[in-house]
Amino acid sequence: MMLVRPGINKCISGFGGRALTKETKKCFSLNSCHFKVSACPVYGEDHREIQNTLKKIIDQDINPHVDQWEADGAFPAKEVFKKLGNAGLLGITKPTEYGGSALDFSYSVAANEQLGAVHCGAVPMAIAVQTDMSTPALARVGNDRLKREFLAPSIAGDLVSCLGVSEPGAGSDVASIKTRAERKGDDLIINGQKMWITNGCQADWICLLANTSAGPPHRSKSLMCVPMDTKGITIAKRIDKMGMRSSDTAQIFFEDVRVPADSIIGEEGMGFTYQMQQFQEERMAGIALSLAPMDLIINQTIEYARQRQAFGRSILDNQVVHFTLAELQTEVELLRSLLYRAVESYVAGQDVTELVSMGKLKSGRLVREVSDKCLQFWGGMGFTNEVLVSRMYRDLRLLSIGAGADEVMLGIICKFMGTLPAPAR
Amino acid sequence: MRILVGVKRVIDYAVKVRVRPDKKGVVTDGVKHSMNPFDEIAVEEAIRLKEKKIAKEVVALSIGPTQAQETLRTALAMGADSAIHVEVPAGELERVQPLHVSRIISKLATEGKFDLVMVGKQAIDDDCNQTAQMTAAMLDWPQATFASKVEKDGDYLKVTREIDGGLETIKVGVPAVISADLRLNEPRYATLPNIMKAKKKPIKKMKASELGVDLTPTIEVISVEDPPVRAAGIKVDDVDTLIAKLKEAGRV
Repeated sequence: MMLVRPGINKCISGFGGRALTKETKKCFSLNSCHFKVSACPVYGEDHREIQNTLKKIIDQDINPHVDQWEADGAFPAKEVFKKLGNAGLLGITKPTEYGGSALDFSYSVAANEQLGAVHCGAVPMAIAVQTDMSTPALARVGNDRLKREFLAPSIAGDLVSCLGVSEPGAGSDVASIKTRAERKGDDLIINGQKMWITNGCQADWICLLANTSAGPPHRSKSLMCVPMDTKGITIAKRIDKMGMRSSDTAQIFFEDVRVPADSIIGEEGMGFTYQMQQFQEERMAGIALSLAPMDLIINQTIEYARQRQAFGRSILDNQVVHFTLAELQTEVELLRSLLYRAVESYVAGQDVTELVSMGKLKSGRLVREVSDKCLQFWGGMGFTNEVLVSRMYRDLRLLSIGAGADEVMLGIICKFMGTLPAPAR
Repeated sequence: MRILVGVKRVIDYAVKVRVRPDKKGVVTDGVKHSMNPFDEIAVEEAIRLKEKKIAKEVVALSIGPTQAQETLRTALAMGADSAIHVEVPAGELERVQPLHVSRIISKLATEGKFDLVMVGKQAIDDDCNQTAQMTAAMLDWPQATFASKVEKDGDYLKVTREIDGGLETIKVGVPAVISADLRLNEPRYATLPNIMKAKKKPIKKMKASELGVDLTPTIEVISVEDPPVRAAGIKVDDVDTLIAKLKEAGRV
């Protein structure tokens, strides 16, 4: 006898009753796998408790809707963020005066690792933009007015934020951005454009990087909070992308946009430095987000390959298949260990730029390898839009491009190794 | 009114359980555990009774190894006021049966002057569905099992129960024992600020022997087996073949 509780995507059988995750949609949910207890040395009971709460929200309020959101090409950020905000999950590391919990960065990583259980790349990315990309600098060095107006409501889930760094002529090359914010009296007048801005269409405010002086590129930029309904801001285009379908990505124009001069986060001219610091957290968040999707598709591939027969035996029984999956899982565990090591050092106050750059590089490369190799074992099914592996193949491709491309990571690593040639003259 | 609510740490509902090679139980090492979902419903109901000012205090109880404290922290983060951990080492946990659990609960309920004991109707690991009933018998308190609604009715509690073929409404005087069914409520999740607050709430540790409860098992597990794998079916071309096949199998 199955008793189905209306409204939630879970059913518990009344007799002989292990509770089961009901598969309502295609074969997207993971119905059996070797669930491992994460053995992270920096995760304690509280980390796991945070993950449990987040898992419940994902199971009840996110995963059941993901297919629809992907088909619609958008997800209701306000609604989802409010649920996370109510649970205190948007301000894990943020100061308590503004509604945060002031926990160390390892708690944020634990949450991001759990966030990877969402059945698409777009929604976790949007959440990570809010928690680890557009708000760390504001929380660290922003003035009280900005924190009250932008940080506190973003932690509560009442405001959606986006990060405005990339431009048509400057993606990974942050130093080359052209957008200017010129001081006029007590105001800043912003002119320019931003490109590939995640959450851009739904955002209430943007954490914008713009040139505030003409000096050397690393000292001429400032980060600033700009409300998206300010006069002069135009969302020119909702960019059509191969993956991350339910995430809105905008091209945004700024034409004589006027904001008070105290909208600058921290010190004027320090924007590039703040952004580089902010990038470390963003990249660790990115690595954490990439782990669960890889576990998930490897496990789904095992299940599929086990029941799919070809030439008189299961696909899984071919040594090339089970050996390949073992190799991939090994790589995933190595990446996981590297992340934990980086987090441990970062929490201890050390500079982790080199390690994080290595992790970011590896994560971008590994998700491509895992999703591509797994997809191959699904055969024709893998090429359909009916399975998670093909969605992840499209979504995770971004990881080698966003938040600093692989080539930029290689450049940083080379700098640390002392092998980077001097810049061309 | 003071409520004692029992919470059991079980293998997570999403995990596919595997039988241990010695066939005396299932693999629990390195496997994700969480609070028994029916107990979660019982905790939620207890907290709602407190929020409605029907109850004054909610105390969570768990019996098990050190990790049972994680389950208690979950209950505390949901809103229980304090907790009791009756420590049983992991190696001895399989000896603990509903009879022992009922003895421990009734002892604590009497000593702690509780007015209401709430538990899930069954745990999803052993599916026993015995603890509430045996506890009520030992305490000689009225029982309201499989509750799908709990309301206050003067000095009584009005409990709607899910029974075969419909709903039954009964009135019980307190003290009483209630077991929670699936549709009683939808449990809340612990918010991060409450998870942090829960760390400051007290967990009282004790041993079964201190309560005078002997954990000698009354049942011996002979063998635990995987459920038989369902054999593949066949397709038949028409009704005649179907009937012929059924006759062959001795079904008609």
